[in-house]
Amino acid sequence: MLEVVNLHAAVDGRGILNGLDLAVGPGEVHAVMGPNGSGKSTLSYVLSGRDGYEVTEGSVRFRGADLLALEPEERAAAGLFLAFQYPVEIPGVTNMTFLKHAVNGLRVQRGEEELDAMQFLKLVRQKAKALSMSDDMLKRAVNVGFSGGEKKRNEILQMAVLEPDFAVLDETDSGLDIDALKIVADGVNALRGPGRSMLVITHYQRLLDYIVPDRVHVLAGGRIAQSGGKELALRLESEGYAAFADKAAA
Amino acid sequence: MAATAQTVAQVRDLGKYKHGWETEIEMETAPKGLNEDIVRFISARKDEPDWMLDWRLKAYRHWLTMTEPTWAMVDYPAIDFEDIYYYAAPKNAEGPKSLDEVDPELLRTYEKLGIPLKEQEVLAGVQGAPRVAVDAVFDSVSVATTFKKELESHGVIFCSISEALQNHPDLVRKYLGTVVPYTDNFYATLNSAVFSDGSFVYIPPGVHCPMELSTYFRINAKDTGQFERTLIIADEGSYVSYLEGCTAPMRDENQLHAAVVELVTLKDAEIKYSTVQNWYPGDETGKGGIYNFVTKRGACRGDDSKIRWTQVETGSAITWKYPSCILQGDNSVGEFYSVAIANNAQQADTGTKMIHLGRNTRSRIISKGISAGRARNTYRGLVRMGPKALNGRNFTQCDSLLIGDRCGAHTVPYIESRNRSATVEHEATTSRIGEDQLFYCRQRGIGEEDAVALIVNGFCKEVLQELPMEFAVEAQKLVGISLEGSVG
Repeated sequence: MLEVVNLHAAVDGRGILNGLDLAVGPGEVHAVMGPNGSGKSTLSYVLSGRDGYEVTEGSVRFRGADLLALEPEERAAAGLFLAFQYPVEIPGVTNMTFLKHAVNGLRVQRGEEELDAMQFLKLVRQKAKALSMSDDMLKRAVNVGFSGGEKKRNEILQMAVLEPDFAVLDETDSGLDIDALKIVADGVNALRGPGRSMLVITHYQRLLDYIVPDRVHVLAGGRIAQSGGKELALRLESEGYAAFADKAAA
Repeated sequence: MAATAQTVAQVRDLGKYKHGWETEIEMETAPKGLNEDIVRFISARKDEPDWMLDWRLKAYRHWLTMTEPTWAMVDYPAIDFEDIYYYAAPKNAEGPKSLDEVDPELLRTYEKLGIPLKEQEVLAGVQGAPRVAVDAVFDSVSVATTFKKELESHGVIFCSISEALQNHPDLVRKYLGTVVPYTDNFYATLNSAVFSDGSFVYIPPGVHCPMELSTYFRINAKDTGQFERTLIIADEGSYVSYLEGCTAPMRDENQLHAAVVELVTLKDAEIKYSTVQNWYPGDETGKGGIYNFVTKRGACRGDDSKIRWTQVETGSAITWKYPSCILQGDNSVGEFYSVAIANNAQQADTGTKMIHLGRNTRSRIISKGISAGRARNTYRGLVRMGPKALNGRNFTQCDSLLIGDRCGAHTVPYIESRNRSATVEHEATTSRIGEDQLFYCRQRGIGEEDAVALIVNGFCKEVLQELPMEFAVEAQKLVGISLEGSVG
């Protein structure tokens, strides 16, 4: 589904990704782990097309098409979703309004009919209920005054409503206590399915106890230093990143 | 989404300014330029009482002694006041008429603008909207007023000011010029001399006006100045909500619009005055567009009375207006909610004045300025606490949002307090539309223009929610349209 080949990317002229290769098949969940500064967030922004993240070499194909040629909203319409590490506040715009613009923005791009108010309300209520989110939260301005846990849960709600084919979860566990972590992980697991792939970017193994990956990759020095099964995450936890960082530098 | 998608489609269909077309209709104009004969002509054309003509002439003579104000933060070439038509009217449109007699071309014009002049219709595109009575002013004259009969049964007078001068001269004479005297300022004085039409509203004591009243102003003729005069009186214990909308064709020349609005509330009365101003703003390079030099002022004469101004200013090449409240009655309340959007080469210098005279008077100012392109947007406001304004209170919040790096926002608050018991608060913020916000929206599938409209609408929400429902929908769309092309 996603194929990254020899990806080099720079921010402000400084190289962050240095030849990253990654292939994620349909329905697979891959974890990318790495120390601070290894390029984890850069990878998520390059995939989603944020300004200022310049690809200097390599390719990213999504379902066979050139992902890098698309604008951010076109990537979203193609089925790519990014759960932000730091969800953004939009004062004065309710969650409901924001979601409606997103749902219909995607539908219009895909040449589908927009949902009317009733259809949309039904959809959101149903998804919110599954994540035990209150109606009150839907009426509040996007992420404004939300706790860390609420913000992350809000990201998962958006994912549930937008039903992407490929979701990148950028440090979704950061700032969560164990209860919030479970709720978020349950939400993510409920969305797992044969047609939906995920890239779970995380610092700690802890999240992977709840979202069990098919593959684990260690990102160090801007490239994948090692890949393996879920047991690799456990080894990392006990041995630390240092060994891999050396390997990447070599 | 529906509204915004529709907006995007409209913009694609009609270009950036969707009201830029022109109605071809036979016009009657007075010769260009201004002198006493023109003032007499306008007055005679309307068959006005002598006192009205005298008042106009006094204004004209006073105007000759005045110079244009230059303190506003706006630049424009000198206006040649001799190169303007001061009177332009569709032929045969004079005098009160029944709706059946209105020129079908005019009816089509308003239909195209989404303004219903047939009473069985409601404002275009809004399902279940409450009924709205409309006074349609086309260039210098009022061409139709709807729902008059029904309003009359409640004792409400809603008609053009020319008609009011014929049918209710005593009321007009009692109040005209009492809030904005003919000596007030350069443009208001000019207006007093040459005003051609506008709306008149009188709500009798104890009456809650049964529907929204609105006036729709359309400048059509070339080289024409529009000088309308609106007078609204809410008698004791009454209430009215009044809306005003404005558009004009796209022309390369600048056109002058110098209106005066006077509001009076007596004891326990309330007026809500809402404006969605969408005059032609000129093109991207700053060519053409309306000079919107307007004096709007309300007097809370009676105790416990209230005036609320809500304005959404998206159009005009230059906006110069300060809807104000004179809080004379004890416990009276003045409010001002404003969204001013300036894109491309537009310049806006707008704000309010809250003059506290009575005891326990309160005022609230919420101003949201949005600047994009090379535009300049200035908030200018005065809060004055008089010596008798015991326990007067004011709260002011001024927020500016910048889009891009070539525009400017300025805040010029004046505070004068001559009373130790008064409280005046002023808060101001300036922010840039966030790259992170735009990216967040786009990642969720919301296109860039739509994202800007969404974020800006969120920024303006406090003000937009003060508008009557059918205007709020229109205003939200306008916000999107007026910021077209401001990013990327």
